[in-house]
Amino acid sequence: MNAPANAMAMDEGRPRPTRAAPHATHKFKLLLKREFWEHKGGFLWAPIWAGAISLALTLMALVVGEVAARRAVASGKMTIDGDVHINGLDLNALTSRLDAEAMRNLAGGIDVSMFMSSLWPMIVLGFVVFFYCLGSLYDERKDRSVLFWKSLPVSDRDTVLSKAASALLVAPTLAVGAAIATMFGFLLLISLVALLHHGNPFTLIWGPGSPLKVAISLVALIPVYALWALPTVGWLMLCSAWSKSKPFLWAILLPVFSWIIVAWFGLMNVFHLDAGWFGRNIVARGLLSIVPGSWYANPAMHGGLDRIDNPGDFVNAIQVGKSWAIFGTVELWVGALVGAAMIYAAIRLRRWRDDN
Amino acid sequence: MNNVVTARGLRKAYRNKLALNGTDFDIPVGRILGLIGPNGAGKTTALKAILGLIPFEGELKVLGKDPRTQRDELMNDVCFIADVAVLPRWIRVKEAIEFVAGVHPRFDEAKCRRFLEGTQLKPELRVREMSKGMIVQLHLALVMAIDAKLLVLDEPTLGLDILYRKQFYQRLLEDYFDEEKTILVTTHQVEEIEHILTDVMFIRDGRIVLDAPMDEVGNRYTEVLVDAGKLDAARGLKPIDERALPFGKTVMLFDGADAGQLAQLGETRTPGLADLFVATMKGTYA
Repeated sequence: MNAPANAMAMDEGRPRPTRAAPHATHKFKLLLKREFWEHKGGFLWAPIWAGAISLALTLMALVVGEVAARRAVASGKMTIDGDVHINGLDLNALTSRLDAEAMRNLAGGIDVSMFMSSLWPMIVLGFVVFFYCLGSLYDERKDRSVLFWKSLPVSDRDTVLSKAASALLVAPTLAVGAAIATMFGFLLLISLVALLHHGNPFTLIWGPGSPLKVAISLVALIPVYALWALPTVGWLMLCSAWSKSKPFLWAILLPVFSWIIVAWFGLMNVFHLDAGWFGRNIVARGLLSIVPGSWYANPAMHGGLDRIDNPGDFVNAIQVGKSWAIFGTVELWVGALVGAAMIYAAIRLRRWRDDN
Repeated sequence: MNNVVTARGLRKAYRNKLALNGTDFDIPVGRILGLIGPNGAGKTTALKAILGLIPFEGELKVLGKDPRTQRDELMNDVCFIADVAVLPRWIRVKEAIEFVAGVHPRFDEAKCRRFLEGTQLKPELRVREMSKGMIVQLHLALVMAIDAKLLVLDEPTLGLDILYRKQFYQRLLEDYFDEEKTILVTTHQVEEIEHILTDVMFIRDGRIVLDAPMDEVGNRYTEVLVDAGKLDAARGLKPIDERALPFGKTVMLFDGADAGQLAQLGETRTPGLADLFVATMKGTYA
């Protein structure tokens, strides 16, 4: 070799290196942070925008309503004289004249509309979690960044678990935060309307309504969601870790086609069950459990929802105790176990899945 | 422990092709080893086996651990750059540093920032906004700030211009390498790394065909610029390769022939790795 071949020779005269002492690490925290950095748009901004847009739409509806009301006043169909009279009803007198039952319904009505206003961030959450899970272990192989992640001392177990935790806890928590913020935004908006009409927002809205209760019941949905969504999250992550291409098609078509085959040949009859059972408990649980509130479709929950005749009943249905009734069902726990097993399989798959 | 890597009878078959075919080799500590082979010879497969990224048959110890079963512990002391542009495109410089600092016990954050000083890599910059050269700069800064015992580089400078390539190896030598570290590198740009290598290994069809320290390679192989009249005499010494130059001269490559005899045939010199490689790999794609 014509060049100075021995690089060690260049190294002489340098002080002998001492290995730096290893410092403490916070692997799981950083893994969660990494998911948040990468998916900030879906986890944080999407629910916030959904809430903001729903507020903007509410505002527009209120303005349109206001304008229509003014027109009605101008044309003499409605009179406003100091106090607000709508069809002869004084807004301020409203609360004092209502009996207990009507008061309960007013309160329920306010709570329902609060709940509805917070719905958009939660709907967005369903979509975000679905596509996040589908890409969670596939995208890194597709763009080959898995080779970078695997060059660091982070186990497959921690990596996959951090992604599952992001889908089951981080994203729902942020969405619930956005939902609660939207809810209070909505309350502020209708309070402004009440003020505009010389109504007292405290006796009319904040008093009868129970924003804190609704907020708490939303927060209480997070653990329900985490366990209920587990089979879908597990299935989507398994497809994401396993498929060599098009995880979306695999994740959707496999359950749907198996459903068709089951229905066609009446396979479930062997277990004295019908294809509907398969559809509800396998296909829907595997694909749709990430939709917040999908657990209300469970028969065990119907005690709450079937008997909703007026808004007051609704408030009862979404109470912490009621929505936690799902914890007493076999479906929840079996689904969670199956989901956990699929996440375990995803961990094993990621260990040996190549980047190409 | 003298060997960083010990491999015995490695076998790895893809679908219908044998990528590693009973491969044996040792990598001693404190060396810069070039693993060189034509496309599809099994270089990347060998590296992936060492890094515990693929299953394989045979016996392999990396820093005394089996990469198949002890990968998680192993990665505290092994680092690699697999190809260029594997950094995730969404990540920012500051996020990459924070992440590696948080998960790697041997990452020196201050050192990494020092490596990035004077470059265009600002903390807020995302990988997707960087040129290929800048991405490699960032990756190298991250990796060099890790006090690993074994660094594996698989085509680290592929697709980079000559300035970045030179800078890459220069930094590696000046700011990273020492006698406790071992670097294993594969590349096609043989000429650019031959002066930094201490050892070289040629791989062909999943087998190691040459495994020697660079100075031994220099002693063993001789290139002779044979005069036109002495061609037959030269051929009698069984050159392993022969190629004609313009103006009637012929260059022949000898393996282990007597230096005195060769000197009589014409001007002698130590062959470049590239010429040696070409001679060794003749007929690979035939």
